[in-house]
Amino acid sequence: MSWLQKLLPPKIKRSEGTRKSIPEGLWSKCPACEAVLYATDLENNQNVCPKCGHHHRLRARARLDLLLDPEGRYEIGSEVLPMDPLKFKDSKRYPDRLVASHEDTGEADAMVVMQGAIKTVPVVIACFEFEFMGGSMGSVVGERFVRGVKAAIEQQMPFICVTASGGARMQEGLFSLMQMAKTTAAVTQLKHHQLPFISLLTDPTMGGVSASFAFVGDVVIAEPGALIGFAGPRVIEQTVRETLPEGFQRAEFLIEKGAIDMIVDRRELRDKLASLLTLLLRIPAA
Amino acid sequence: MKTTFLDFEQPIAELEAKIEQLRFVQDDSAVDISEEISRLDAKSLSLTKDIYAKLSSWQCALVARHPQRPYTLDYVNSVFTDFEELHGDRNFADDRAIVGGLARFNGQSCMVIGHQKGRDTKEKIYRNFGMPKPEGYRKALRLMRLAEKFGLPIFTFVDTPGAYPGIDAEERGQSEAIGRNLAEMTDLKVPLIATVIGEGGSGGALAIAVADTVLMLQYSTYAVISPEGCASILWKSAERAADAAETMGITAQRLKSLGLVDRIVTEPVGGAHRDHRAMGQSLKKALQESLKQLAGLSTSELIERRFDRLMSYGRFKEQPVH
Repeated sequence: MSWLQKLLPPKIKRSEGTRKSIPEGLWSKCPACEAVLYATDLENNQNVCPKCGHHHRLRARARLDLLLDPEGRYEIGSEVLPMDPLKFKDSKRYPDRLVASHEDTGEADAMVVMQGAIKTVPVVIACFEFEFMGGSMGSVVGERFVRGVKAAIEQQMPFICVTASGGARMQEGLFSLMQMAKTTAAVTQLKHHQLPFISLLTDPTMGGVSASFAFVGDVVIAEPGALIGFAGPRVIEQTVRETLPEGFQRAEFLIEKGAIDMIVDRRELRDKLASLLTLLLRIPAA
Repeated sequence: MKTTFLDFEQPIAELEAKIEQLRFVQDDSAVDISEEISRLDAKSLSLTKDIYAKLSSWQCALVARHPQRPYTLDYVNSVFTDFEELHGDRNFADDRAIVGGLARFNGQSCMVIGHQKGRDTKEKIYRNFGMPKPEGYRKALRLMRLAEKFGLPIFTFVDTPGAYPGIDAEERGQSEAIGRNLAEMTDLKVPLIATVIGEGGSGGALAIAVADTVLMLQYSTYAVISPEGCASILWKSAERAADAAETMGITAQRLKSLGLVDRIVTEPVGGAHRDHRAMGQSLKKALQESLKQLAGLSTSELIERRFDRLMSYGRFKEQPVH
């Protein structure tokens, strides 16, 4: 406790944890600037804090809504559903975790793939759902991703992937490690067809997802403040036994190190993607 | 070299100590105890066989990490000839956690690349405990491209706890380096044979293990995360590593039955560390057969086959959507 906190009279002292939580759904607090935000205001601002610009996490379908034109959308790969090849059990059985995540999110797994258009440029977008088991990549994520790439190739469209994932899904053991090779192999096919692959890294993009297709995009974009890296900050701290520098593994750190092409504010993302795609596809300016 | 025994090998260790004592006594003993010694030798062998026949996944992980287990450079000596080590990624540094170079396999030119661990403390630090940084993966890729240019088959040897989780590794793009390898190895125009010889630690292992044929030594392991790591996340305690190892399925046998590896290379009784020479011989034979199977394929067949393999990974069900 700092000397200032000690000086404060107890009544206005903050008691972390015991404070009554704000009723869910109506208000939310920005973790960056602590401003209390009216949920509708936040939503209307694409989940970007109107006060400080902090990019809150976004659900997969909300993301697709923001990026894609409203008409002509078609979901790909929703017929692919998870199973439990290892009969995996920790404190909970894997199938139980799947059911719980399904109930929480309404999704069957951690990826939604949608064909559509960004400002009339046809695309296929694969989008991670972080709320589903931390966006972890298992067999279903891999297969849906691959079907998305295949659809893009068949219809000669660019492919975009929006990542938000803690990494590989431990509950599928080595099958999930192999999804790294599978997804990355798939995007190499886009190259053979001269189709653009744009990788959009959002908070967080870690582990096996970060270390596979995420950085092999023709253009790699990150959202402001997104945590992006191979090893998690805690693992690194335990290994090197020192505190990590301020802003380590954030998008701003990555652009400084030359790891990504650009950082784009979510509110400008649709325009930016449209511009990049038309440039890459040599479509004349509108 | 005195064998280091693992905890679960204590009964063998005790027996071996007894045999050692008898041997010592025998030298200046009037009574012939050689018969007794050979009886105990046989007992030790069958005890070892018994214990190794029933290894748990966790025990297998300990054997895979055995301090006397042969490392890549040991196989370079026992399986290959004329090794010419090549260094550096041409951008930043030479990563000693990955070694590679030109060599001959049965007289035929090839490229050898593998993780390299160290034996004593000094060497362990020198090799960074077999945990590569981006420059290691970039060196590996450079050598693979070199092999491709001259039409040489590539043999990789996997033995790493994982890619190095450090500040400098992140700064130089650990993720990009691994991802780049996965992408480039997909359509490399020469045969790729990967062998897990010890620890196959996650993405750091896979980054040199995308291959036409994947072999595993009998007591090696291959996993998406270390058993300790998995346990500390899912059980909130690294103590449960044995449970994590069991449920994740990290052993050669389990992974072979799941169709994730092609072939298991049998180890000498009591593990590869008991007999480096015998291990080298059986690995050589397995590699020879694997290479022969790929020899008949044209470049396009090879790449197509590899791609189809990669696409086949994963277990899911399909249900028509309404």
